[in-house]
Amino acid sequence: MSYGLLAPEILTACLGLIVLMVGLMLPQREKRAVGILAVFGLVIILVTVLLGFNREAVFFEGVYQIDIFGNFFKVLFLCAALLIFFMSSRYVEFFGQRKSEWYSFMIFATLGMMVMVSSGDLMTLYVGLELMTISFYILSAYLLNDGLSAEAGLKYLIMGALSSAVLLFGMSLIYAASGSTVFTEIYRALSVSYNTQPVLIAGIVLLIAGLGFKISAVPFHMWAPDIYQGAPTPVTAYLAVASKAAGFAALVRVFMVALPLNHFNWSLALAILAALTIVIGNLTALPQKNVKRLLAYSSIAQAGYILVGLVAANSYGLKGLLFYAMLYVFSNVGAFAVTTIVEVETGSTDLEAFNGLGKRAPMLAAVMTVCLLSLAGIPPLAGFAGKFYLFSGAVQAGYLWLAFIGLLMSMISVFYYLNVAKTMYIGKNEDSSAFSVSTTGRMALWICLLGTIFIGIYPGPLARAAEMAIELFL
Amino acid sequence: MGDFPILSITLLIPVLGAIFIMVLSQEQEKMIKYTAAVSTLISLALSLFVFFSYDQTRAGMQFVESIPWVKDLGVSYALGVDGISLPLLLLTNLIGFSAVYASWQVEERVKEFFSLLLLLITGVMGTFLTTDLFIFFLFYEVVVIPIYLLVIIYGSSKRVTKEYAGMKLTIYLLIGSAFLLVGLIALFIKAQTILGYPSMDIGTLAGLDFPVSFQIFAFTLMALGFGTLLSMFPFHAWSPDGYAGAPTAVSMIHAGVLKKIGGYGLIRIGLFILPAGAQYIAPIIAVLAIGNVIYAGMICLSQKDLKYIVGYSSVSHMGYVLIGFASLNLISLNGAVMMMFAHGVMSALFFAMIGSLYHKSHTRNVADFGGLAHQMPRLATGFMLAGLASLGLPGTVNFIGEFTIFVGAFRNYQLLTIIAILGIIITAVYILRTLGNVLFGPRRQEWDHLQDIRGTEMVPLLVLGGAILLGGILPYTVMDLINSGVGQLLHQIGPIQIGGIF
Repeated sequence: MSYGLLAPEILTACLGLIVLMVGLMLPQREKRAVGILAVFGLVIILVTVLLGFNREAVFFEGVYQIDIFGNFFKVLFLCAALLIFFMSSRYVEFFGQRKSEWYSFMIFATLGMMVMVSSGDLMTLYVGLELMTISFYILSAYLLNDGLSAEAGLKYLIMGALSSAVLLFGMSLIYAASGSTVFTEIYRALSVSYNTQPVLIAGIVLLIAGLGFKISAVPFHMWAPDIYQGAPTPVTAYLAVASKAAGFAALVRVFMVALPLNHFNWSLALAILAALTIVIGNLTALPQKNVKRLLAYSSIAQAGYILVGLVAANSYGLKGLLFYAMLYVFSNVGAFAVTTIVEVETGSTDLEAFNGLGKRAPMLAAVMTVCLLSLAGIPPLAGFAGKFYLFSGAVQAGYLWLAFIGLLMSMISVFYYLNVAKTMYIGKNEDSSAFSVSTTGRMALWICLLGTIFIGIYPGPLARAAEMAIELFL
Repeated sequence: MGDFPILSITLLIPVLGAIFIMVLSQEQEKMIKYTAAVSTLISLALSLFVFFSYDQTRAGMQFVESIPWVKDLGVSYALGVDGISLPLLLLTNLIGFSAVYASWQVEERVKEFFSLLLLLITGVMGTFLTTDLFIFFLFYEVVVIPIYLLVIIYGSSKRVTKEYAGMKLTIYLLIGSAFLLVGLIALFIKAQTILGYPSMDIGTLAGLDFPVSFQIFAFTLMALGFGTLLSMFPFHAWSPDGYAGAPTAVSMIHAGVLKKIGGYGLIRIGLFILPAGAQYIAPIIAVLAIGNVIYAGMICLSQKDLKYIVGYSSVSHMGYVLIGFASLNLISLNGAVMMMFAHGVMSALFFAMIGSLYHKSHTRNVADFGGLAHQMPRLATGFMLAGLASLGLPGTVNFIGEFTIFVGAFRNYQLLTIIAILGIIITAVYILRTLGNVLFGPRRQEWDHLQDIRGTEMVPLLVLGGAILLGGILPYTVMDLINSGVGQLLHQIGPIQIGGIF
């Protein structure tokens, strides 16, 4: 047992505390330094994770696991956090004196996710999840003078607490049925007893409900639109990208490691959820007039696509899940970055604020169009390659109908994504002044744009990394 | 030629052009247009070179290139041309080159226009060049988005708004492609279970023996996808509205080559990989083809807008391609490919002429015109050439295509072929009536200020008109090539017995 392998988690915890303290000590004018400190810290942690990417270890008899699967997601969270720090360099001015604490809560949320993806035990999983969720309660309500933001924070608190209760109940039932909270032990206990216990089924269903809340799968998605719209835009981006990925990572680990299929066909249950999520997410996104809300509904639909990977539970499907989660970082953060910049400039995220963006800021419009089309799955952008993996997996696992629904709905989703593009390119706007975008914001935009295009045109390297990460499940 | 990657260069030159245009500033209008013209000219020259240096005696895929791309999906960046794709590649570049000149008068947002146009041309070219199923689909969908943006930014709103037209076109084609994609994924997974390793190579997939029921299922999905693109009745509704809303260059490329991807896909992927499915479904396609010819032809009779007339007429002409395909014999397939080429140059020329006229007169209503041959003799020549080709006059390349199709199709579907031949009468009625009303008759004073086409506007007329006549007078240049390609393909899939469904 080498505790050096826990360095990323330990460093992240330290970084969060240091950022918090430094923020308190620095005078008001110098608070910019906090952001720079946070970025440097995250870069160092990212490098640490990448250096130990292939190392594996099991801690405390399976309670905590360091493996490639966990590292893949840690890289994902850190990339997402960095991109969001870059893009929000001007947005943080909205937070006034409290911006140093904002960085610190974002880092704690990251730590929670890192613990979640590496946990090999239900209780550790829950601790990581709560660390992440509680940070997000605070972050959602971070715009103190904005009623919508306060509402978002409160809603998230109530709904989140409810879902945590459901999740815990599910965990306790699984513990009752198997006698252990460690995933590998649960599997061992369940595979020797061949009779299906109702209590186990109830436990699995509650587990799906609890984690389904985190990934905003229908019918546990009700919270998403209001909270996404009300929370500060960078927080929404992080919530949509990273907390969702963490939820998926936890789902994959629990279901692939702990719960054998022969007791309860959770694959079919998840398939129905995925289909519902895709259909309802896309259909409700169609009439949206606010870009943040539209992205919220679209992210519900995206969760449905990603869930298809777990339904398939084979090589292509799981690879697709990881692949999609990663490209989703670039495409979705790109779209949110543009939204953030537009919000800073115009003070609104309504569709009208995007009028004439193609003329005022061609770069922003181009990034937005490319990222949205990637989410819609138009080749040669990253989203297409991801969907190809996901639905190949589904077809291979015999879910042809799911592939049908998924692909048909993703073509329908092009309608609302193109609506944004249409507004940007042919919408009229009296104000035709150019946008000023900070250097770091510009950097985030370029990274998202090039990442989306590169992964789409040459998916090989990312697919290879995803393949390594899922080896332990197959 | 050795290892010189001539096809890759042909494919990438327009992309480079597009990237170069993106870094230019909006004011360098001339430079942007020249870049577009030069890059399409290079591609045209290269594809002409390939066309003439293709070795027909050897047949099969030539100028092959292959680089492994995504290993776990069995995808490789593989290019190659044979007798079926080569005429369509040439057609793409002929039309692409003319389309740049046909949009010389674009003045607003020139930079975006030409970079999107070049991307569009690349996408279309890619589908004809690749021999990999995944890359084929990739290029096929790449074209949809530039078209949407071009239509909503530069299109014209007449009977329907350009936003409506653009969205209708996009959604129709994408939903079609969703069916196609499901079929493709099913095919890929099935092939993987048979082969034991993943492969997307069209040649490899065609060598496999898929169960008949699976072939029927997969071919049906593909027929829906490709049929929508080819505007097969009753999935054709996007096409006239889309063409009417689109700017000239997009109408030219869309009607000229993009639709042909549907026909090409049916032959190269549908028939080649799933022959048993094709022969089972073929009779249905033949019946729908008659729907195209007669129904769309009838609608044409009642149209007043020039673009709608050509739009519906192109739907009607696709019926000939479909019936040629559905007969599944050497002669009819030769005719279908020839017809795709012929219809491509003809409809592109038609749209180019309509674009020139609309740019000067700001109307496309047939009733507004009359006696234009007095003021604009060169434009009238272009119209006449396109119109007469459209009704299949001997001496034009379209005659060769139609005649071959009818000869081939008559073996399998006597009755349907006779009905299809009757369709020519409908075509003759609406084309001759339109041409007569627009071009001939007494001189009308209100059009005296119109200048005849000249300079850059002449390029589409010369290039496309030349192709129509050359192809008509010397048909063997293209026909022998097509014959070698189709012959090889049919030889590989063995004997075909149509039917099973009725």
